[in-house]
Amino acid sequence: MSKSIKFIQGNEVCVEAALYAGLNFFAGYPITPSTEIAELLASRLPRIGGRFIQMEDEIASICAIIGASLTGNKVMTATSGPGFSLMQEALGYAVMAEIPSVIVNVQRGGPSTGLPTHVSQGDVNQARWGTHGDHAIITLTASNHQDVFAMTVDAFNLAETYRTPVILLFDEVVGHMRERVVIPEKGEVALVERLRTAVKSGVDYHPYLPREDGRLPMSDFGGVHRYNVTGLAHDMWGFPSGNPQVVHGLMRHLIDKIQNNAAEIARTREYYLEDADCILISYGSSARSSLHVVENRRKRGERLGLLELQTLWPFPDHIVRERCCRAQTIVVVEMNMGQVLEQVKLAVDRPERVFLANRMDGVFINPTDIRNILRLIQGRGI
Amino acid sequence: MAIKDYIRERFFPHMWCPGCGHGVVLNAMLRAIENLGLNKNDIVMVSGIGCSSRISGYVDFHTLHTVHGRALAFATGVKMSRPELHLIVPMGDGDALAIGGNHFIHAARRNIDMTAVVMNNRIYGMTGGQYSPLSGYGISATTAPFGNIDQGFDIVELAKAAGATFVARTTTYHVQQIADILQEAILHKGFSVVEIMSQCPTYFGRKNKEGGAVEMMKRMKDMTTPIGSKAKEAHPELIERGVFVRKELPEYCSEYNKIIERAQKKGTGKGR
Repeated sequence: MSKSIKFIQGNEVCVEAALYAGLNFFAGYPITPSTEIAELLASRLPRIGGRFIQMEDEIASICAIIGASLTGNKVMTATSGPGFSLMQEALGYAVMAEIPSVIVNVQRGGPSTGLPTHVSQGDVNQARWGTHGDHAIITLTASNHQDVFAMTVDAFNLAETYRTPVILLFDEVVGHMRERVVIPEKGEVALVERLRTAVKSGVDYHPYLPREDGRLPMSDFGGVHRYNVTGLAHDMWGFPSGNPQVVHGLMRHLIDKIQNNAAEIARTREYYLEDADCILISYGSSARSSLHVVENRRKRGERLGLLELQTLWPFPDHIVRERCCRAQTIVVVEMNMGQVLEQVKLAVDRPERVFLANRMDGVFINPTDIRNILRLIQGRGI
Repeated sequence: MAIKDYIRERFFPHMWCPGCGHGVVLNAMLRAIENLGLNKNDIVMVSGIGCSSRISGYVDFHTLHTVHGRALAFATGVKMSRPELHLIVPMGDGDALAIGGNHFIHAARRNIDMTAVVMNNRIYGMTGGQYSPLSGYGISATTAPFGNIDQGFDIVELAKAAGATFVARTTTYHVQQIADILQEAILHKGFSVVEIMSQCPTYFGRKNKEGGAVEMMKRMKDMTTPIGSKAKEAHPELIERGVFVRKELPEYCSEYNKIIERAQKKGTGKGR
């Protein structure tokens, strides 16, 4: 892969980045607005000796990638709201069994079948808490194609580093929009490869015994170490255990390995924050409109800034709190009823400064929408 | 090798009730694998949720104990990635054909090379005796206190219709036949389905007054007959056992290898 400039859809960028990161197994099921990812990979994967399969539903798709990951592959599936709902149980399995995997959700309007071809950012909380039980999860997003590329590669890297599923939460606008993207040359972006055990054949290998740094070296299915993988609470052998001490240790490990590294996992973009007295916080395609408003207002001397979130979970509350400490007004721009708004309110001092600028009617929130809401917040009328 | 070389003694005793048929299946399955002389590193056992699915924890292969009903989907990911491995997928009747029914028919339709073993005790044992899609009409269960009005599936007919290329049935009474059939099923190139009628004296037997394990096993002997036997002509209600389907059709992973060849002939990894 050499450096090249393309003018393609966000979904296509996701495919380019996944292949760049080393994807070699994809299972999926058709669903708007993510289908292009499956279509492209059906063509691209076999060319590099990888494998693509269209499964009978989204449940089977995520299950198949988990199985494939255990043999040592880098794996991905892609879907949208209804499919993402179906994947939740097995997503929890990947959390519990610590299976590196990437799950793309190109968001559309919900609930239920909702608005298949219209944009939404309504799955932020589902990405966090969609599967049952206490757990930690990594979720990344992006507002432009260069960042779709970067976040997709990052998703694979984080999945390997932390032995966890990573959710890429794109939205319909980013997925279907065409924009310039520069595909980096091979080697230009660092890749994290599977950490495999150095334990030799015939010596006991403990698949679920974390090293001092919290990482767990893996052994490929089909290799010399035969071990058990289960969604039940388990001990270091991977065997079911109900021992409270074992369960406590497992839960702490699963949550700490991500929450304790929240600063490492946090990715943001910052625009004009130094002197901003009004900070917009946004992510995904709505951050594009937000940036437009900020740049437009700056020309008129208004001190607006934008904090764009690329990591949604674990929520980068330390960054939000620090960047917003001097702002008089904080406006969260998103296409839902305030899912990130609630997180921002929890993160900052004086949450009465935090307002919502949103749309949730399937229409992309444009700069005029944001400007009108800003005028209302500032008491200037529309 | 001795049987104990195929099990993880560390994880015994097992969790099955006294008289449960699943231990018989485990024993016969290990005999089959021993007879075939397979390398333990080449076997992946994938199971779902339920009493039967715990079998994967006890054996010394690569074992993947997954979520309820989806074992075949997980197994598909493993098999496609490493087609040279032997995939054995033990499931219960509820696991395979209620919650997992969709995956069952589609795995059969693809003819992907793996051995689906349905340990059919006609009840949800782990949750305490609810009716399954294999219980059949008139059966008593905790969720059918006035008798079950659900009609049962015929696993053999279902597997045949869905496209499985090897379909067989036996019972836990016929231990030698289990091993023989499993040997053939594991060697079969394609999707093989082996139904093993098994007994759950704790729930099915007690609820339906079928007695203990011995009575239930004798009952399975009496209610079955070899395929095409004279007894079947005289007593059509008898359930046949043996190998029903044994045919060669293109296997999924082999076909996918052809896709890779075709794709690579067409061009490099670049462009569309």
